[in-house]
Amino acid sequence: MVLEKYKNLLKYYLATKDEGALYRADQFSKRSLQQDISPDEIVQIHIDALQDLYPDLPEEMRLSLHFLLETMISYGIAHQEFRALREKQFELKSEIEVAANMQNTLLNTVIPDDGALDIGAISVAAHQMNGDYYHFINDQKNIGVAIADVIGKGIPAALCMSMIKYALDTFPANLSNPQTILQLLNRVVERNVEPGMFITMFYGYYNQEDHLFHYSSAGHEPGLFYHALSNTFEKIEAKGIVLGVQKDVTYQQYSKYLSIGDMVILFTDGVTECRRGDQFIQKEEIVDVIKEYIHLSAQEMVDQVYRYFERLQDFDLRDDFTLIILRRKY
Amino acid sequence: MMDNHFQSCIPIQKEWDIVAARQQGRDFSKQIGFGAVDQARIATAISELARNIYLYAQKGAICFEYIEDMEHKGIKIIASDEGPGISDISRVMEDGYTTSGGLGAGLPGIKRLMDHFDIYSEEGKGTEVTIQKWLR
Repeated sequence: MVLEKYKNLLKYYLATKDEGALYRADQFSKRSLQQDISPDEIVQIHIDALQDLYPDLPEEMRLSLHFLLETMISYGIAHQEFRALREKQFELKSEIEVAANMQNTLLNTVIPDDGALDIGAISVAAHQMNGDYYHFINDQKNIGVAIADVIGKGIPAALCMSMIKYALDTFPANLSNPQTILQLLNRVVERNVEPGMFITMFYGYYNQEDHLFHYSSAGHEPGLFYHALSNTFEKIEAKGIVLGVQKDVTYQQYSKYLSIGDMVILFTDGVTECRRGDQFIQKEEIVDVIKEYIHLSAQEMVDQVYRYFERLQDFDLRDDFTLIILRRKY
Repeated sequence: MMDNHFQSCIPIQKEWDIVAARQQGRDFSKQIGFGAVDQARIATAISELARNIYLYAQKGAICFEYIEDMEHKGIKIIASDEGPGISDISRVMEDGYTTSGGLGAGLPGIKRLMDHFDIYSEEGKGTEVTIQKWLR
């Protein structure tokens, strides 16, 4: 019985003042926690044990112990509430895990590997669910690439992303014009998303015959072009309002010729807003890190860059992180 | 055997009435034979209910009743008021709803202290909370 055990421990300690007895008291409290014995009950056990050991306990002592018991009642309630909340949290967590798996299945995309482009992509959620999205389209002649970021993260952002995915799926297969795709998506988002929620998106497609990369941006974090010949990086300038703010928007479309070895580097603000301590990293740092791994394949590059920034942020991402690199092979 | 078949009410209007209700509840539960921890728990539950009346309804009462069935005896406490009522009972029964604000055990806390908990409330009419604890 718990009381007997406690009484013996207490008796032993009072007789020996031994550290070993205190160690056993520590073990006792852990077992009590497992058995869901609350703090007020421990106090009661103490009172009973003490009265057994010292039947002639002074009245003041007896009363003061009772007083202590009364002050512990609310701690007992808090203890039980804590247990209930913890169970609830486990439930929620496993529910979100299921949702995250579902999301991965839903948003799954195949990285094209049979064309003129060497492609690498990585997307890691800060929390369990990802508010970033990327998608590839491969129709032999063209390779389309979409990258998007919902402002905000977690579940609301993830739900929003599923909408983008399904809207894209309903567009006709021959629709590859970035300008038109963003325009149509803007309409979908504007109609279905509450004010204050925005989505930024970059859409590009690469023509494998003439090697032109056509692209439009809806307020998305500017990516980078890499010129292999001069070994230089250039910001991808593309103007356009974020999705979902205005009803009818026309997006500008731009084109860029890619030489062999040239790269298109796309990312979300989870990359640019990496922090070292309280400081945002500089864009040059991204360039420097990419340069360091430039000899690797596109997929190895994005993996290494991610690992670098993951370490930089002490393995605790603040925002969803997505990085895509396209490199012309031939 | 001592006559346990009490039934009495304490009106709650002033903060001091909370103490009177606690005292009454403690005396009754002692009479029934509850141990020190249970006495303290019953007193705390009464305290919470009386405080809710005092703070949110201004006027109400805590009533005590001796109960028994085939195997046990116990205490039943009814807290009733004619205050504003509770519009969303599920919400106030959620863990962490009141405790996070430091307002005390809250209704879920009271429920855990007791064996039985029931609440009726109508907006604009008032609230009635019934709790029971059996002696084991």
